[in-house]
This record gives sequence, structure tokens and C-alpha cells, in this order.
Amino acid sequence: MQTLAVGCGAGFSGDRVDAAVPVVKTLIARGGPAALMFENLAERTLAQQHLIRRANPSLGYEPLLELELSPILADCLKHNIPIIGNFGAANPQGAALCIVQLAEKLGLPKPRIAVVTGDDLSNQEGRTLVKQHLNNAFDERRFVCANAYLGAFEIAQALRQGAQIVVTGRVADPSLLLGPAIAHYQWSASDWDQLAGATMAGHLLECGAQVSGGYFADPGKKEVPGLDNVGFPIAEIFEDGSCVITKADHTGGLVDCRTVKEQLLYEVHDPAAYITPDVVADITQAKVEQLGPDCVRLSGVKGHARTDTLKVLAYFDGGWLGEGEISYAGPNAEARARLSMEVMQKRMGRYMHLRFDLIGLTSILGDDGGSMLNNTPVTHSRDVRLRVAAKHESLASIELLLQELTALWTGGPAGGGGVRVSKRQRLSNLACLIPRKKIPTIIHFI
Amino acid sequence: MNTIALYDLAHARTGDKGNHANISLIAYKNEDYAWLVDQVTPERVAAHFGARRPSEVRRYLLPNIGAMNFVMHDVLDGGVNDSLNLDMHGKSLSFHLLTLTIQKP
Repeated sequence: MQTLAVGCGAGFSGDRVDAAVPVVKTLIARGGPAALMFENLAERTLAQQHLIRRANPSLGYEPLLELELSPILADCLKHNIPIIGNFGAANPQGAALCIVQLAEKLGLPKPRIAVVTGDDLSNQEGRTLVKQHLNNAFDERRFVCANAYLGAFEIAQALRQGAQIVVTGRVADPSLLLGPAIAHYQWSASDWDQLAGATMAGHLLECGAQVSGGYFADPGKKEVPGLDNVGFPIAEIFEDGSCVITKADHTGGLVDCRTVKEQLLYEVHDPAAYITPDVVADITQAKVEQLGPDCVRLSGVKGHARTDTLKVLAYFDGGWLGEGEISYAGPNAEARARLSMEVMQKRMGRYMHLRFDLIGLTSILGDDGGSMLNNTPVTHSRDVRLRVAAKHESLASIELLLQELTALWTGGPAGGGGVRVSKRQRLSNLACLIPRKKIPTIIHFI
Repeated sequence: MNTIALYDLAHARTGDKGNHANISLIAYKNEDYAWLVDQVTPERVAAHFGARRPSEVRRYLLPNIGAMNFVMHDVLDGGVNDSLNLDMHGKSLSFHLLTLTIQKP
């Protein structure tokens, strides 16, 4: 049987929209069966899209969808490379309609599009189900949305029924690759080792360039050639579930044992039990071998029976976050930044907990409680930017904070410059596990 | 000097899930792995991240690929949705782990 190759066109919502072009060219040049996946949904992205859909029912899918598909849609349709993407977000039907319109605009025949749904548990029925599993933690007034993580078998079924494009909402990220692999090799739901192997291939690809030189370079230590043109990854999946990771031809970036190992463990907790809707993967005996330049084999992944439950994330309105910054430079700059901090604490500290950062001194390594900053000795730094951040239930209180930050222009210490303030709605989430038989999945074609 | 920073021996990557961070620590050379396992204990890592007050640090070993995986519980001030940190994912924490110094063998 011919080997399947799956390329990755995006690793998050907001990824480079030109990244898929060299991937598709490489898949075409290689010949043989291929598929292209787009992973566009971080944990928070989906809840944000639910809010957008509430305001405009025709939206709520990946905002860059048209931009990311325009450059490759014609080639994928022409060369029988199905596209699988969770770009449906909170509105998979809307995304499918957008693709139909895009094809029309590009003068292409109407593609056969499958829409996989059932993940969205935000309606009354879904809400009741989620409430049963979250008990008292479920706050009806603040509820925004809930989505289950669906798996790969519905994607595979859609592909077997001739889908050229599969649009999903929330599915587990690796399932975007596993779906076409199941369809190609006709794996059954209990081929655990094969499912686990291809799941880890999907895991390696789901963050786009993170396996092919992105999120890796450290000058002088871990060099990555041509990072400005980093190539997105391609996985060749074999019938036994093992895979070879490569990347798009004529691009920068790097695939070696180090990049693959880093990404293999990315967001993994227990390496003996990486749980997805499709399988429980065990990478403790996995082997990573360099076969050639930008060519690494992953084998030895074991699989165990999938769980009877699906993970569900529910989102709730979490009030507001406000933040602002002001800079100080030159002699005694740090002392002036610290005085600015004192002023803010005295004026606003009684209304809300303020997080302070002295950017250039200590910022992202610190904790919200401020213990790291409090233990940071004065260094007489000459270029310091104070950041103040807080959360609050009420928008009015956050707006007051931003006004106070802005007032540091004229009422704060000497020479303060570059005030920037911003606010955004916060979303908090709760996770639960719900029996999969209670969450039916639907595939329909448009 | 009888000490050496992890930065010279290993590379690392952080991932987040909710309020927990995981940091992989991968030896550049397989021959350094056993020595790293001896010295980079969950207790030392917990102390190194003391300012983040981890409720638990669990270490998983992957000798096949010369890697350890540290899972640090409750270190993200609520995680990506709740934290006031500019780096709400804790992505920069991997390079803090690499500043840990250990005894040369």
C-alpha cells in the first residue's frame, strides 16, 4: 500500500497564512496519497469565537479562513489532497459556507465539504448535560459555551464518503491527522498501536512549525537556518502507525532529533498515558532517529484502549482584565519606576490586587503575588518599563485603573513615557469528563 | 568550579494545560542522562521554582530519548485565562529551569 503523507498548514489561529503553500507544493511533487491539516483552535480561541458568533450569527469560525485557504484551495482540489481543519470553531456550518463562496470566487467547482458537529454543548440540552457533571461549579449566569473534544473516526468517515474538505469545531488536535490515516489504512477502533503512533504524529504536527525549527532557535546554542522562512512540517505515516517527520521543500527551519523530542513532550503530562478521544498513547518506549537531513523517524509508540469519556471544556464570563505600562530611562530610572509603582498601589491597591512588573528587571518569571519582585534587589537599571495588571468583576473599576495609569503621564514621577493601556474580557474555564455515548456526532455534507 | 548550568547540558521546552506547566529536559548527549537524572530531582526543581509555589512537581523519565518531563502543578496563577502574567502560558519557564546548576561528576 502507498504511504500517506499529511502536511500541516497552520498550528494555531493567527499562524502565517502563506505557510501552507510550500507544504502543498511538496505534497504534489512527492506524489502519492496526501492530506493537509489546519489546526486553528487553542483552548481560549473557541470561547472567543462563541462570543463573536453571539454578536453576529454568520461569524464565529476562524477569521483567517479565507486567507489561509485561498492560496492552496485550487491545488488541493486538483491533486486530490483533502483538507481537514478545526477552523469551524464555534460555527462549522458558517465556515463551510465561507469555503463554498471562496471556491466560487476562485472560479473552482463547488467542493464536496463535510461538516462534523456534535462538539458544541452550548445549547439548552448540552448545557444541562454539562451542568450535571460540573455540579455546583456551574454558574448559569456566566455561562458562555461548552465544547467536547471529538475524535478522528468521524473525520475518517467523512473522507471515506468522498469529502474534499472536512470542517470541524472542537476535535482533539492530533485527530486532524489521525482521521486521514484511519481512512487511508482502514484501521479499526481497536488498532491501538497504530492509532497511538499516528496520534503522536498528529501531536508533532499540531503546532505547525514547532517541530520544524520554530520555538527552538537559541543563537549560538541551537541554530536554525532560515528561521524567517521556516518550513511547515509533513509527516509520512506508515501502516504500522510509525512516522517520518520532514518539512516543506525549499524552506528554512530544521527537523532533527532535538526538535522532534521537544515537540513530542510538548503539553504532555504522563508520557505513559497521553489521552485523546481515540486512544491512550504511551511514548515511554518511543524511538526517535535521524534518517537524513530534516528527516526524523518516530517509532515504538504503544497504544491502549480509549477511555469511555470525552473531555469537555466549559467557559464562563470571568470579568475584566486591565493592564498598562509606562517607561523610564536614564539616571535613577529604576527608582522612578518603583515610585510610580508605589503611587499606583496607594491610589488603586485598596480596590483590587495589582500585579507589578519591572520590565527589564523582572517580569515574566515572577508570580501574580509579587514575591519574586519583592525579593528583587534594586539594580539602578537605566531602562525600565513598569507594567501594572489587575482583574475585576466590573468594567467600571478596570476603566478607573486605566485612567489612573494614564494619569501617570503628568502626575507620576519625572520623565515617564510611552503609556499604553488596554482591557479585555476574561474567560474562565472548567473541565469535566462526560460519557462519550451521551455526545452523538453528526456528519453532514453541503 | 565544580558546578555547571543545565543550559550547557540539556535543552528544554514548556507546555501548559490549565494551571499546570510541563517542562521537558532533554540531554544533548545520551551519556549525560544518568547523571542528570541523579541530580535534577523533582525536589530541586520545586525549590528552583519556589516563587511560583508549585503544589507538586512530578518527574517522568524517558531514558529511550534521554529526556525527563517535569509536571509542575498550580504554577501558572490560574493558567492562560486567569493569570495576570504577560507570559500567561509560562512559556519562558523552560529557560529558567536551564539556569539550575548541578555538580560535575
